[in-house]
Amino acid sequence: MKLPYFPGCTLKTTAKNFESSALATAKKIGMELIELDRWNCCGVVSSLTSDDLMKHLAPVRNFLRVQEMNKQEKIKDENRLVTLCAMCYNTLSLSNKRMQENPDDLDKINDFMHKEEEDYHGNVDVVHFLSILKEYGFKKLASKVINPLKDMKVASYYGCTLLRPKEISIDDTEDPKLMEDLVETLGAKVIDWDAKSRCCGSYHTVNNVDIVHRLVQGIIDDARKHGAEAIITSCPLCAFNLDTRQSEIKEKNDDFQTIPIYYFTQLMGIALGIEENELGLEFNKIDPNALLKDLKLI
Amino acid sequence: MEEKRKMIKVYLAGELFKVPEGSTIMMALEYAGFQLKRGVGCREGYCGACGTVYREKGDYKLQGGLACQTVVTDGMAVAQIPFVPAEKPTYDLEDLTPDVNTFTELFPSVFRCVSCNTCTKACPQDIEVMDYIQAIIRGDIAKAADISFDCIRCGLCAMRCPAEIVQYDVATLARRLTGKYLSKKSPELDKRLEEMEAGKFDEEIKKLKNMPKDKLTKEYYNREIKIS
Ligand code: SF4
Ligand code: SF4
Repeated sequence: MKLPYFPGCTLKTTAKNFESSALATAKKIGMELIELDRWNCCGVVSSLTSDDLMKHLAPVRNFLRVQEMNKQEKIKDENRLVTLCAMCYNTLSLSNKRMQENPDDLDKINDFMHKEEEDYHGNVDVVHFLSILKEYGFKKLASKVINPLKDMKVASYYGCTLLRPKEISIDDTEDPKLMEDLVETLGAKVIDWDAKSRCCGSYHTVNNVDIVHRLVQGIIDDARKHGAEAIITSCPLCAFNLDTRQSEIKEKNDDFQTIPIYYFTQLMGIALGIEENELGLEFNKIDPNALLKDLKLI
Repeated sequence: MEEKRKMIKVYLAGELFKVPEGSTIMMALEYAGFQLKRGVGCREGYCGACGTVYREKGDYKLQGGLACQTVVTDGMAVAQIPFVPAEKPTYDLEDLTPDVNTFTELFPSVFRCVSCNTCTKACPQDIEVMDYIQAIIRGDIAKAADISFDCIRCGLCAMRCPAEIVQYDVATLARRLTGKYLSKKSPELDKRLEEMEAGKFDEEIKKLKNMPKDKLTKEYYNREIKIS
């Protein structure tokens, strides 16, 4: 199966390990994620102002690339656009929804677009890779697991952007199960915890790092309290906050117990028996290997 | 008898003039009596000094071009841009790394790009300006250098960018970083630099410097370019 895929800027810079592990896992289960030609940044944060259409140009330009790929027959009748980064998923989905629900806005944007061969027709469907896995079927996926993550206690962290606002949530906003289903499929133990959709502090990491320290500590303490040994995420910014900020929290507070953070695709990769060099574990900040070695997974 | 050239009307800085048909904007300005001190350079389309905005009669679009390369049309309205007052950071290439962080530090405005493509529309060199800005955002410095190779730093893109990005300075840094850190090293260059240091070309340079203008022009156009 060939699917158009939008990587986003972070997966090409600070989250290369997310991309390499995701592409390898997709390939392992017979999916080919084909990177859009000439894609541009999604815009990062979805604009909430109702009169600022400019911010929707970037997403729409990417949707045009999906149309083009179909036209050029690089993919066949495939309107789904797969994302990995939770923030790209959020921004692209919200813009797409706005275009689909407001034909006047879409007309204006199509009028403005320069040098694009055709108009955007509103047909693209933005989907997250987790939803693609659900559709693929967790039973079928379980049959591909050759290295079950036995005894590994994993807390699934959704953060904000996969679940809010409700209209674009990949699962039940209040009680999501998608990542937990995946964790179970991989043979690990699902940790039920409270902080899975709490905000990590997001962009406060730039100039209000204290807020991020407080929120991250709360999230990790909660994971530990419920017995987790690892946290998985699908957001490069959450991963940055949860992973990189831990050593600073530890410096301030000696009792703090650190925890390894993985992209869900990295653990999937281990379970599916993918070569370690494709998983980019060396980029994870809190040692990702000790736990995997303890459990004899690598 | 010399054939009389047809005259057409143009608005130069808001004033109506009649100029010979087929003139470039630069020729029209000089024909009308403007003395160009800024906004003029090589007159050959290479230096990028004569960035100009204009609108053609009956067209709603404000267009950009080089005054020395763009031919006037009847009813055209022209405004020269002698200088683009863009912010320009200073840096020492030795201290930089060829990655996205360098641009986050020196040109944070790059990350405000909304992908409107207005820059590409403005570029007289037909460069995909938006694409090189996007390449920078995703850390592909070599690609940005490659796409922007023909940039002549006319500044028209920056004048129209809603995100206030100074594309040509960004591109210049991308090319410098690529040249210094990312491209294949050329042993020929080191050899040539040594030769220059040793004074191998001093005599020839001296000869060129003392040459009368007409002879120099002739030599220039007859020069041999070797591409190996
Ligand atoms: S990229 Fe900008 S500065 Fe360079 S030639 Fe094009 S318009 Fe001029
Ligand atoms: S004009 Fe500015 S905001 Fe628009 S695409 Fe070009 S660089 Fe981006």
